[in-house]
Amino acid sequence: MKRFILGVAAAAFLSGTALAQEFQPAVVYDLGGKFDKSFNEAAYTGAEKFKADTGIEYRDFEIQNDSQREQALRNFARRGANPVVAIGFSHANALEKVAKEFPDTKFAIVDMVVDLPNVRSILFKEHEGSYIVGKLAAMASKTGKVGFVGGMDIPLIRKFACGYKQGVKETNSDAEIFENMTGSTGAAWNDPVKGGELAKSQIDKGADVIYHAAGGTGLGVLQTAADSGALGIGVDSNQNGVHPGKVLTSMLKRVDVAVETAFKDAKDGNWTSGFYTLGLAEGGVDWALDEHNKPLISDEMKAAVDQARADIVSGKIAVHDYMATEDCPY
Amino acid sequence: MTAGQLPRWADYILMPAINVAAAFIVSGLVVLLIGENPIEAVKVLVWGSLGWNEGIGFTLFYATNFIFTGLAVAIAFHAGLFNIGGEGQAYLGGLGVALACLALDRYVPWWVTLPFAVAGAAAFGAAWAFIPAVLQAKRGSHVVITTIMFNFIAASLMVYLLVNVMSKPGSMQPETRTFEDGGRLPLLQDVLPFTDFGSAPVNFSFLLALAACLFVWVLVWRTRLGYEIRTFGANQTAAVYAGISPVRITVVTMLISGGLAGMMAINEIMGSQHRLLIEFVSGYGFVGIAVALMGRAHPVGIVFAAILFGMLYQGGAELAFEMPAITRDMIVVIQGLVILFAGALEHMFRPALLRVFGVLSAPAGTPA
Repeated sequence: MKRFILGVAAAAFLSGTALAQEFQPAVVYDLGGKFDKSFNEAAYTGAEKFKADTGIEYRDFEIQNDSQREQALRNFARRGANPVVAIGFSHANALEKVAKEFPDTKFAIVDMVVDLPNVRSILFKEHEGSYIVGKLAAMASKTGKVGFVGGMDIPLIRKFACGYKQGVKETNSDAEIFENMTGSTGAAWNDPVKGGELAKSQIDKGADVIYHAAGGTGLGVLQTAADSGALGIGVDSNQNGVHPGKVLTSMLKRVDVAVETAFKDAKDGNWTSGFYTLGLAEGGVDWALDEHNKPLISDEMKAAVDQARADIVSGKIAVHDYMATEDCPY
Repeated sequence: MTAGQLPRWADYILMPAINVAAAFIVSGLVVLLIGENPIEAVKVLVWGSLGWNEGIGFTLFYATNFIFTGLAVAIAFHAGLFNIGGEGQAYLGGLGVALACLALDRYVPWWVTLPFAVAGAAAFGAAWAFIPAVLQAKRGSHVVITTIMFNFIAASLMVYLLVNVMSKPGSMQPETRTFEDGGRLPLLQDVLPFTDFGSAPVNFSFLLALAACLFVWVLVWRTRLGYEIRTFGANQTAAVYAGISPVRITVVTMLISGGLAGMMAINEIMGSQHRLLIEFVSGYGFVGIAVALMGRAHPVGIVFAAILFGMLYQGGAELAFEMPAITRDMIVVIQGLVILFAGALEHMFRPALLRVFGVLSAPAGTPA
């Protein structure tokens, strides 16, 4: 009898855990935190959309320091979360270790390649999207001078800058481009005051369109541009509505789609591992056109970028990838 | 026991315990405010940090960082200097460790690399403290200001090096290549028999940290230099009158302080990450200030305070994990409250405690 009760208890316990483990997606954000109004928040948006569509709860974690990357990934895997999506290239080393320990758990990483059979690596061709907005900037500019404000000075942001410069130069070879990075530490992602000052100095030099790739810092760039009668260009999420009519367009990096798709694929049994490089052709990057910036985009501009976009997709225009050569010819 | 003084055990153990308890009670109210059960939260925090082998491992791992940065701040305290630059000195220390590891890891085992890494960490950390020290000693520029400024310079310098000079070709991560076995410290569980810390990164540097505690204790309380440092810290005028050179003491103390802060990088770089990466210090240098305050600038106190902050870091992560309503910002609030009560409001409970001890000790003197 005692054994029977124990058995029942054990069975109940096991089925309990089995139920809990049924389907539990998880996402680990990067140091910026999930409400950074930009990159990480895009991931959050994607996860929230999945929750709204399917009613399935997900778990998430915001790391505080580098040692927690591995810990968070392992904790999720150990507690049966599946799939586990890591946001940001800095997770690569940790993920490589943990994914080997849990070969039956599905992992995904955004912005980096981890070459393991249970990992989906999602990359974006930010240079292609930046080329497009560069073209728009050159066409919208009356002074022939445009600006770029980056966040932290790292290769990824130089990749944005390089694509943008190519887009500008191939539209108007006489155009002048002012490029500034906000800083060299993580604080550079969240310094709207300095972002505004950099934008101001560029505007004083004659720039009338300014593109930012600077996370929270960029909100200061857009604000200053709007206040000074110049146009801003948003990044990652659609920021056209931040200052309607004052934001020329936004370079969309669809991290939200990547996260949502990863969750969905795992749920529907369509999971595939391997590399995904999402460019214009795959809808991974794009430019935003909505009611807020419609008056700013002339038919001629729209035709030009549609053409450029088709040319990039067909391979007729090759946009230079800074990361491939570590330098920018423009 | 003179009037107005607590017995040593009360000063070193009871006071901090009361301060921490007060911090936890206030934190509990905050947890209650956001609609979670504070008792449950404390359980998760304590279990997560001390309740299982891997949790203990992580707690000790963080504690190792805090011991080094705490000692760095403490030794400067003894000379009346306030070294806020632990963050930058540790960052530069990482450069010293990485240079040693990158140069040697392919040719020699870890125990050959270690002395070079320790020397590199201490030398680079000390070098970063040298300029603020000289400016303080010779020009009177306050170290609080200059060391803070040097944190920013350190960050810029390291970003420049990692992005342009030391990064792996073709990688977007601003970091060096991963060290081979010759540049990796063994895990603590592989060094000490009968220990198992799961996959926690606590490593040989924990022992190094304890050795550093002993070093600081001997230096401060058992050497002539330590006596001079304490004299200088207690009364600069008297120290000068006694023939102690203020320039020498300021510079030497800051060098030792910077060297200790730099040693923190051994734990992170050689012990855990096995590569030099951007912003690996992530605030440990600043928390060292709280650790030193709480530990009364005494090595033993610092070990306990470091373990407490290790618990907050590790248990806090578990808490954010188990209770999604408690975000990482909440954890920072709790840590902030501990610092507030232990550091800033230190004297809040002291008068009351003194009265209690006064009442208690009075009857003891008279025969019953």
